[in-house]
Amino acid sequence: MSSQIDSQSSEQSTALPIHINGLVKRYGRMYALDHVDLEVKSGEFLTLLGPSGSGKTTLLMAIAGFNRPDAGSIKFGDEEVILKPPHKRNVGMVFQSYALFPHMTVAENVAFPLKLRGVAEAETAERAEAALKTVQLDGLGGRDIEQLSGGQRQRVALARAFVFRPRILLMDEPLSALDKKLREQMQIELKHLHQQLGVTTVYVTHDQREALTMSDRIVVINNGKLTQIDTPNNIYNHPANAFVADFIGESTMLPLTHDGSGKLYFEDYLIKADHKSDAASAWSLVIRPERLFVTDKEAIDPEKTIAFSGVIREFVFQGETAFALMTLNDRHNLAFRFGTDSASWQNALQPGDMVSLGLHRSDVIIIPQDDDL
Amino acid sequence: MNASVSEGEGLNEKLLKNQEVQEQRMLLGLATPAVLAVVAIIVIPVGWLFYLSFLGKDGGFSLENYQRMIEYKSYARTFVTTFQVSILTTIICILIGYPLAYFLAMLPERLAGFFMLAVLLPFWTSLLVRTYAWLVLLQKNGILNDFAMSIGLWDTPLKLVHNLTGTLIGMAHIMLPFLVLPLYGSMKKIQRDLMYAASNLGASPVQAFWKIYFPLTASGMVAGSLIVFVLCLGFYVTPAVLGGGRVVMVATQITAILENQFDWGAASALGVVLLVATMIILVAATKLMKLDAALFGKQ
Repeated sequence: MSSQIDSQSSEQSTALPIHINGLVKRYGRMYALDHVDLEVKSGEFLTLLGPSGSGKTTLLMAIAGFNRPDAGSIKFGDEEVILKPPHKRNVGMVFQSYALFPHMTVAENVAFPLKLRGVAEAETAERAEAALKTVQLDGLGGRDIEQLSGGQRQRVALARAFVFRPRILLMDEPLSALDKKLREQMQIELKHLHQQLGVTTVYVTHDQREALTMSDRIVVINNGKLTQIDTPNNIYNHPANAFVADFIGESTMLPLTHDGSGKLYFEDYLIKADHKSDAASAWSLVIRPERLFVTDKEAIDPEKTIAFSGVIREFVFQGETAFALMTLNDRHNLAFRFGTDSASWQNALQPGDMVSLGLHRSDVIIIPQDDDL
Repeated sequence: MNASVSEGEGLNEKLLKNQEVQEQRMLLGLATPAVLAVVAIIVIPVGWLFYLSFLGKDGGFSLENYQRMIEYKSYARTFVTTFQVSILTTIICILIGYPLAYFLAMLPERLAGFFMLAVLLPFWTSLLVRTYAWLVLLQKNGILNDFAMSIGLWDTPLKLVHNLTGTLIGMAHIMLPFLVLPLYGSMKKIQRDLMYAASNLGASPVQAFWKIYFPLTASGMVAGSLIVFVLCLGFYVTPAVLGGGRVVMVATQITAILENQFDWGAASALGVVLLVATMIILVAATKLMKLDAALFGKQ
């Protein structure tokens, strides 16, 4: 059959890098993808993270070949695939809806891509069973899809996506339909599976925690543009702009002023003494709530720690942490979290308490002010 | 918890039980008119039909009506024609209806509504009017023959009515919506992601259609075909008008017997045989559909 994929190439399980250049997709006058450039390294786990409508799924669908971009280039390794139909791209994909074929058994679903590639019957059965074993569903091959739980369906979809040894694996919010506990368990399993298969993986999610848990690198997308590409650690600790700081994790943003000699102030607090910047830009201070701690204003070293003083407005117990809001100078709210272990709990706060919250200077995050937010 | 529960012991138990019984009675009350109507309109007349078919000329019990159907060749010929026309109409409906339903299912919602209206519109006009309209279109000097000859498709007028061709054209037109509607329903139920997945896994458009799309629409197609086929078996007006006496189906023959011989017994026997034959086919098809379900999966 002319449509058959060369079985030689599908036998190679080596990962391939993806090079995306100047990719544009317009819907009317709106850019779903606005000149996107992205390098996905061979074998890495890359997550596209963004709010709904940001373009992350559009980008994934373009890589899979399900939508036709208006311009740009997508290369798998050295091979240009922008004009290739999806059935010739040889990438595995896990869909949000799982997209399992309801008229086939579990084993038939997993064997489907192998049969299309003309793999011999005995080998097909063997490889399908091995794939099911990898996702811990061995022995369930004879089941109908509707007999499976959500988590099991997810695993079948996964097995079907990698059984033909694709060099690139795409996942479109594959865990979003699972409940929280199972989702967290599957995140770890997917990570292990990725290490085991070594395949280049592009993962789409709107769940920042999931992205931080699983990824080698995270791409934050907003309005069809890539706003930051970095490791989970850097994305969280060094957000490039207000959107990333706000979208990933919790944060309080406070406006900064500077005196022209490199000193940045929030109201009377000296935040940074040696900020290198051009005078024209405006800056914000980003504070992660869990980096704050209750302290004694007199006891701290101002060289290393900033102490904010104010009145507690709100205090909520949330299980593993407690959340509180402090009002600074009657104008700004500062969110902070602390542990609920017995030691921290001894100095539990009440609304109306006057306290000082310490922030180590090494935890200070400064970003350019963004009018778009 | 108390293991042994005795009657009327729990808080409000009796009142709750009474309420349940009352609700059940009310439901029964609501169903009664429909049940009575079914008995009056269906059970009694069909029973009467059976009774009549076993009455002989002398007014006593007899099998002579059924014996005659075996003895005379014309009866057998009528049944053969009836099944032949019904099967051909069903096949034509599938050949036209499947692509049509697919087209409708692919259209965006608003356009699909418009085209669906076009499919359903004929439903709202009288069957008789539509049948005679076909007579006008297809006759020797009709619009179709005139047009085809004017552009040179054929030279002498084709005989398109008062024969099997005309009957099939008319019946297929009238039956088409009965096939398209259930088929459209089963096509609409197929998720876009399923076809994406097939393609992603390496299936060409043709392979994806035959391995995924078609099996998932088979149940809708079988359901629609059965409706069309069964309706065709008892069809009267269109074969009578467009067949021009050359296509004698069971319903036509029943009319003929009643008009010419006023023989209620013979007419009833024909009706009974058609009814039984239809029921056998329906039961067999249901069994076959279950086989389909095993092959193609339930939807």
